[in-house]
Formats: sequence, structure tokens, C-alpha cells
Amino acid sequence: MSSENRKDEIPSDGATANAGASGSRADKEKTLRGSDSRMATDRAFRRACVIIAGISVVILTFLLGSIVLQGLPSLSITLLTGTPEPEPSQAGAWPAIAGTVWVCTICALITLPIGIGTAVLIEEFRPKSRLGRRLLSLIQLNISNLAGVPSVVYGILGLTAFVSMFGLFGAAKNGEPAFEIGATYYDQFTNLASDPFLSMGIEDAEERYFLAPVAASSDPPTVPKSGMTMFEYIGETLEPVTINVVGAEDFPPTDPKELSLSVDGNSIPGRISEKAWYYFRLPFGRGVLAGALTLMLVILPVIIISSQEALRAVPSSLRDGARGLGATSWQVIWNITLPAASPGILTGSILAMSRAIGETAPILIIAGIVYIRNAPHHLMDSYTVLPLQIYNWTSRPQEEFHAIAAAGIVVLLVILLSFNAIAVILRQRMQNKVR
Amino acid sequence: MTTNTLEPIEKRNMNTVTPELANQSEDSTPAIQADNLNAWYGDFQALHSISLSIPKKQVTAFIGPSGCGKSTLLRWFNRMNDTIHTARATGNLSLGDMDLLDSSTDVVDLRRRVGIVFQKANPFPKSIFENVAFGPRLHMRLEKSELSDLVEWALRKAAVWNEVKDRLNAPALGLSGGQQQRLCIARAIATGPEVLLMDEPCSALDPASTLAIEDLIDELRDQYTIVIVTHNMQQASRCSDKTAFFFEGRVIEFDTTEKLFTQPDSQTTDDYVRGRFG
Repeated sequence: MSSENRKDEIPSDGATANAGASGSRADKEKTLRGSDSRMATDRAFRRACVIIAGISVVILTFLLGSIVLQGLPSLSITLLTGTPEPEPSQAGAWPAIAGTVWVCTICALITLPIGIGTAVLIEEFRPKSRLGRRLLSLIQLNISNLAGVPSVVYGILGLTAFVSMFGLFGAAKNGEPAFEIGATYYDQFTNLASDPFLSMGIEDAEERYFLAPVAASSDPPTVPKSGMTMFEYIGETLEPVTINVVGAEDFPPTDPKELSLSVDGNSIPGRISEKAWYYFRLPFGRGVLAGALTLMLVILPVIIISSQEALRAVPSSLRDGARGLGATSWQVIWNITLPAASPGILTGSILAMSRAIGETAPILIIAGIVYIRNAPHHLMDSYTVLPLQIYNWTSRPQEEFHAIAAAGIVVLLVILLSFNAIAVILRQRMQNKVR
Repeated sequence: MTTNTLEPIEKRNMNTVTPELANQSEDSTPAIQADNLNAWYGDFQALHSISLSIPKKQVTAFIGPSGCGKSTLLRWFNRMNDTIHTARATGNLSLGDMDLLDSSTDVVDLRRRVGIVFQKANPFPKSIFENVAFGPRLHMRLEKSELSDLVEWALRKAAVWNEVKDRLNAPALGLSGGQQQRLCIARAIATGPEVLLMDEPCSALDPASTLAIEDLIDELRDQYTIVIVTHNMQQASRCSDKTAFFFEGRVIEFDTTEKLFTQPDSQTTDDYVRGRFG
């Protein structure tokens, strides 16, 4: 045993402490701790670690096991592809699954550049001026505190900032957009043949829908006139048709062809809209984008902090090496620092994204519990997410829905794990590249 | 290190990518000239009125006890001190007609002309090839074949080619400490610098690797102006032409290595080179 051990001696096991540095050889022998007791402590510590780790594994296995046992019987193709019908046997979660994937993908695409960029600014471009440094430490303090804010608070913030945009575009009237591109509005009329009373006895009379384009969603309803050109869907394309208008006093035509082209002059059309994939509106409304931005607020602090840690762990000798070769700040960051930090950044991002996938409270505030039949088609489309759908199912009184909720949890876990698996594989690849 | 095999590659590359090397003549104008240079870190003055001229295409050694300012001066030669925001300097420091203290100096170009090798080998966590190709890629657009010629030339020049030629795509961190340091030297000379700064390049290496680096310095002295900071007095006396002795931020003595080690003017220098302190 070297004399170095004496530096951190702790009196125990009958060994007398000898604080005085000048002791005889015999005194030194006395103060050395017995090897046996130290080894015993070492073994006990290792055992304690195994037990503690084991407890968490057991709890996790128990939870997962009970969920899987409950959910497996209800796990079916219908659950994955179906819509949330009120009948438990037909209920599916497809709109929620698609909504989760949409929201989380968009959230990741927005958050990662912002989060990593902020971390790079803080770690790599430390300002030189005193004021700049003050400002930076203030930002740093804010980021650390924001990581602990309950997510429901972010939900309310998102509602104000993204859904209604602080009312900058005028008080939201039923959430109507103040500005939009990519939307076309139609007034939809049904023909007389769809009236079961009028079409009685007239065979070949088929139900048809005619669409009259309107300029804006707020326009007054179209008044149908005879000889007016409307549009009709033939398959996927809109074809023009000339319609007849039958007044209240007129007799409806008896010719099936003519009847199917006739519209009741007093009918009130339904306003429908077609939205292109690039549909965009201001304020954002309760759409996918608002949800993704709100989740961004929730996970941004986590991503910034973990990216900062990863960047800080890159040895400064690498930066000096690149700088010494004449690399600019951008070249150092892009070629050296970020690649070296990427495994750490990815680990933080995985954890943050897992949180985003499971987050319910802010989405509940942004999207509300709405009945959604379709996967989102554009950034402003209404949506629901799996956690919300599960929450919805668990709050139903029927026992069957609880089993479906358990199956939904299994699906959510599978999505979560596959997101994580992709990220872990990516990280492994990067690590192999780096080492 | 068989010279006859590396001749042709060397010549070809000198014409294409490292033209400065070819037409540097044996003139007596100094490579780097410092006049009354004072440098601070915050309130601490690290250098006191340094005046010295680093001769071209010779090896100049900086010796002195720890904290005497030799590394600080070296880091001013290619403005590595820019990363330390409390560092500042007054006086004159020039490389040819380039003012090294002017804030408008193009540090990117300066660092291409003045390469640096650090105390601890710091290969990038990339392949061996990528490490050497990193510098040239920053400054030049090269064809693939030109780049691989240049990498081979630099690795041969740094006497590490024979050890790595079969595993250019292997990670550089898998090399031994001495190989890593020679790789870093190859990386530094691949950008075609005029001056090569070495900040205690052998202090973390075993004797065999140290010997390899010293041999390498000997090989490179004809083409590069080399400034080496060292704590190893034997190393300074073995491989340098001129030596500067630093003490407490001042240059106590700057002379030919032979004179400084055998009959120094100053008593402090004499004490230091005889190992009485430091």
C-alpha cells in the first residue's frame, strides 16, 4: 500500500486516526485500513447497485406486462386502421396514430435546428463583451427554469401564441382564418333525385352532388339559377354540369335524367372546402402546426441543455486543432464540433422526442377532444394524438373501451420504441463514424 | 524514411499545391519579427517587451520554466490567442509584411501560412486520410486524385506513411501516441505552411516516438521555419539552430543554440540550462 492512501484516511474498523503527519512507521501501519473491510464494503456497494437497478427493471416489467396482457386481446388490424367508432368492436385509432406521427415529425423538424442552433450559439460563440455575457447567462438561467415548467402551462401559451396569435389578426370568429392560401370553397347542392319522395317510382334516378365555387369562406350562400354551371365530381376530377332549378310551385320533372340534374331553388347549400397539401392560414388555428409548435416549447429546453452538455464534452483541443489549420468558426463547428457532439445531441433529442410523443396536456388544450375521422392532410388540419385518444377511451363507461385503451397504449409504446430504435441506430452509426 | 522514393511525389506537389515552398530563397530576412511585444491575459502581463527575430528555414527553440510565456508567444504567432477573450497584446509582430496584431488580419490565411502542432496529439475523430485532407479542403478545391497525392505527400513528409498506408480509412484515434503526433504534423504541413509552430510536441511521448519526431524536425528544417517550445533541454540542444531562453515573461537570452548551452551571457540562463532550477 502506498503512502498516498494516507491522504484520505477515515478512522474505522478499529484503526486509529493519526492526524499528525509525523508518525513513526508503526503509526502509519496502524492508520492503514484493513483490506478485508474495504473489500466487503466494495462488494456490498456492488450488490446494492444490482438490487436498485433490479427494482426498476421489475417495476417496469410489471407495468409493461399488465398493459400488454390487458391490451393484447383487443389488439387488431381494426385498431390500427379503423376510425374511432362509438361501437367498441369497430373502434380504431388510425387518425390518432397518423396525428401522433405528423405532430412529432413536424415538432422534431422545427425543434432540432432551433435547439441545436441555440446550444451552438451559447457554447461556441460566447460573447466577449460584458453585456453580452450577462445576457447569455440570463438566457441560460431562463432555459434551465423553462425545463421545469409544467407542460399544461405551455399548452395555454401555445393557445395564445399559435392558435389565435395574440388576436393580432382580429378577434377569432369561430376560429376562422384571417389569411389563407391553398383553400377553395364550394357550396354543395343535392339534386332532387336524392329526395326519396320525389324520386319515388322513378328508376335510374341517382343521387348527385353539385358544387358551386365561392371566393371566400365568408361569402353569402349561392342562390341556384336555371342554366347555371356547377361542378360535379366524376371520380377524382371536377366536371362542369348545367343544372335546372325547380321552384316550390313547379312540378318536378319526371324524366330521370332531367330530375337528376335538378336542384331545389329554395335549398340551402352546405359550405365545404378543399384544402391543398400546402394549405396555410393565419392565425394557425387548432391544427397540426400549432400542436407541433406547442410541443416544441415543451421539449426545446431539454434539447438545448443536452446539446450544450454534448458540445461542452467535445475536447477544446479538437477545436484548436481545426482552428490552427485555418478553419473558420463555421468550418470548426460543422466539420469538427457538431460531428463529435452528435451522439450526445442525439441521446438528448431521443429523450425529448419520447416526451413529446407521450405528452397529453398541451395537446388537450390545443386540439381539444374532437372526433377526427381522417389522418391530417396538411399543416393546419385538425388532428388528434394517441395519448388523447387513449385518454378519451379510458374515460368511457364501457368496459370494452378500457381494453381498447390498453391496446392503444401498446401501440403508443411500439411507436415510441420504434422512434427510439431509429435514433439509437443513427447514434450508433455516428459513433462508429467518429471513433 | 527512404528519401529517394518520396522525391517524385514531393516535386509534383510542390508545383501544384505548395508553391511557396519552392521559391523560398535562402535570404536573411526573418520569418517572424517581434518588436517590443507586450501581452496580457486580463490584468496579468504574460510577455514583457519581447524583441526577437525568428530566422527563416531554421529551427528555433523556446526554453524556460513553466509559465514563462513561451507558449503565449507561440500562440500569438498564429493568433491562437484569439479564442481567449481576455488575451491582448501591444507592440509589433509581423510575418513578412503581415501585421500579426492587427485585428483586420485575415487569421484564416495566417493560420494556413503558420501551422501549429500541439502538446497533446489531437487527431480529429475521423479517418487518417480525412485528418490530413481536412486542412487542404478548407482552403482549396482539389480533384480527388490531387487530394490523395497531397495526403500521401504530407504523410511521407511526416514519416508516418509507411505505418498507415494500408489503413488510410481507419480511425486516426486507433494510432499510437507517437503516430498520432506525426499525423498531426502531416496535417499541419498539408496546408503548405511557411512556418511550423510546435508547442512541446514530444512531452506526452515515449523516448522512441520522441526520437522519431526529432528526426522528422531534422528532415523538415530545410523547407520550413520551425519554432519549437520544449521543456527538454537535450531536445533543444539536439534539434535547434537558435534558442531563446524565457524567464518570467522576458527573453533573457536569444542566441545560437551552441552558444546558449555552452557559454551563456546570463547567469540565469546558465543556471537553467545546467538544471539548477526550473
